[in-house]
Amino acid sequence: MPEVLLDVQDLETQFRTSDGIVYAVNGVSFHLQEGETLGIVGESGCGKSVTMLSLLRLIPSPPGKIANGKALFLGQDLLTISDEAVRQIRGGQISMIFQDPMTSFNPVLTIGRQVSEPLEIHLGMSHKEALNRVVELLDLVGIPNAQDRINDYPHQFSGGMRQRVMIAMALSCNPQILIADEPTTALDVTIQAQIVELVKRLRDEVGMSVIWITHDLGIIAGLADRVAVMYGGYIIEEAPVKELYSHPQHPYTIGLLGSLPRLDRKQHHRLTSIDGLPPVLYEKPHYCPFAPRCKFAVEKCRKENPSLEKYDTSHYLACWVDTETGSER
Amino acid sequence: MTNDNVLLRVEDLVKHFPINQGIIIQRQVGAVHAVDGISFDIHRSETLGLVGESGCGKSTTGRTILQLYRPTSGHVYFDEIDLVNLKGNDLRKMRRRMQMIFQDPYASLNPRMTVGEIIGEPLVVHTISHGKAIERRVAELLELVGLNPAFANRYPHEFSGGQRQRIGVARALALQPDLIVCDEPISALDVSIQAQVVNLLEDLQKQFGLTYLFIAHDLSMVRHISNRVAVMYLGIIVELAEQNELYDNPYHPYTQALLSAVPIPDPSVEDRRRRIILEGDVPSPVNPPSGCRFRTRCKFAKEICSVEKPEWREIQPDHFVACHFAGELG
Repeated sequence: MPEVLLDVQDLETQFRTSDGIVYAVNGVSFHLQEGETLGIVGESGCGKSVTMLSLLRLIPSPPGKIANGKALFLGQDLLTISDEAVRQIRGGQISMIFQDPMTSFNPVLTIGRQVSEPLEIHLGMSHKEALNRVVELLDLVGIPNAQDRINDYPHQFSGGMRQRVMIAMALSCNPQILIADEPTTALDVTIQAQIVELVKRLRDEVGMSVIWITHDLGIIAGLADRVAVMYGGYIIEEAPVKELYSHPQHPYTIGLLGSLPRLDRKQHHRLTSIDGLPPVLYEKPHYCPFAPRCKFAVEKCRKENPSLEKYDTSHYLACWVDTETGSER
Repeated sequence: MTNDNVLLRVEDLVKHFPINQGIIIQRQVGAVHAVDGISFDIHRSETLGLVGESGCGKSTTGRTILQLYRPTSGHVYFDEIDLVNLKGNDLRKMRRRMQMIFQDPYASLNPRMTVGEIIGEPLVVHTISHGKAIERRVAELLELVGLNPAFANRYPHEFSGGQRQRIGVARALALQPDLIVCDEPISALDVSIQAQVVNLLEDLQKQFGLTYLFIAHDLSMVRHISNRVAVMYLGIIVELAEQNELYDNPYHPYTQALLSAVPIPDPSVEDRRRRIILEGDVPSPVNPPSGCRFRTRCKFAKEICSVEKPEWREIQPDHFVACHFAGELG
């Protein structure tokens, strides 16, 4: 039985705004095993990024507030340990890569300086040792002439190359967990394929666990072992990747898969769109957050919020309705 | 060479953007070769998909066709009338028949105008109707795109991305155009909303016999909506064919790589797929490579590729490709 690296329980994060409190994450629980890749899928505003930022304590407070929950990393709760202890883990044992490689680098510092920083802080290397290691790392992620390029600034790299540099930086301290927050969304499809292959290769070589956040069900299909689907600040379905794509149970997951055209399909069928709009989370939903858009919704869906329950071996579901029969479970 | 079925014919279209240097006296020191000699036609009531990566010139192509950018050279025949030579009133009259839907629904609607004013503006500009008639038409258009006609008095910020894109569609339809250039109309939207907008575009096409030039980088969506697809790379079209033909038998190595890079939302298919990973990045359009544009990233490139521009040839009936070795590659 592989070890559970990360165990998140009942995480709730809220933001105070001038229009009232936004309930961004409303009780999310998941775990990550050693060597496993977990995909987290959802549309903008569903709380997927906020979940990850919360457990790394990167939510600015105020206005953000982690209202409830635990995030156990190897037994210690990331949400209650001291700032100093979190700083040791962040960038060291758990590192993160972000969506926009342009804005996540400091534009006035050289790449060498920025990538070497975690090495000096977490591993106590001297600047010279660290720079040598940076050249190795840049080589590893496929940056040509790494020796010369450590003196370049971020704007001198293309988008794909910048994302490679970010990956090099994230991997510099041999993390046990890599959190990737939509790292390919800003990139072209051929560059996206390069980055996905790179992360897959490094994952298998280094043996780290990966959490990959995305809105693209296509990328996750070839990458993840297990997938969690988020909606309205909740995980509404979670299953091993093949199970989720072949037997989706939640109406939202079904709708999402139906609204994607497939490159390998010839027939010209109409896309099954999901009507309506994602919820605005100014109040904590006391009924199923998807009910207003759901074509299967029954009376109960508008009264009670289903919790994530076991549906089948390692398949979890938060829904009152059996989508095959259309009746209540 | 006249064909009644052809609505738009583009011939050897070139658009270069000058690069100027100097503070007082500006000299041109170079040019961005955004579009560098492309030809194609669009038939009535068909959807032509134009795909390519960012910076390949697909949006510039769309704008140059509508004469929002004046082309450096080449011709754009709309119903056999060359738009390139038209000016002033004559051009405005033609513009009535071709409209555009933009990528960013947040930037393409004036925040200080009500939705009714936005949708009604084309009618005012082209002096088609006045007063109450505009109001009636706006209500009709809102209904057509699936919005409540009562929304006419609201401002754009009150709407979500998908709803704003519907407003953009309504504005484009106001003048009952023949051609609509859709410039990445769904890229800024969430997945579940994308399908709504695409279904709307398809319904409207059926209802009004519209012709679309659908510009996008999402190859799955382009396959879904298009009748024929053109693939652009660094300012030129490298391949053009009927959609199933292009996706089943891509000849150009770039098309092959592009198709293989698109993830398919099915793990059992993904397990068996082999990716062609392209090395490096797209070269700068200021200094495009000699000969074949793609040769710097092409694993099949031979000497001839750097010397000679590959000819645009019909390798199968209605399947065009620009590659020296098309059909000989594995």
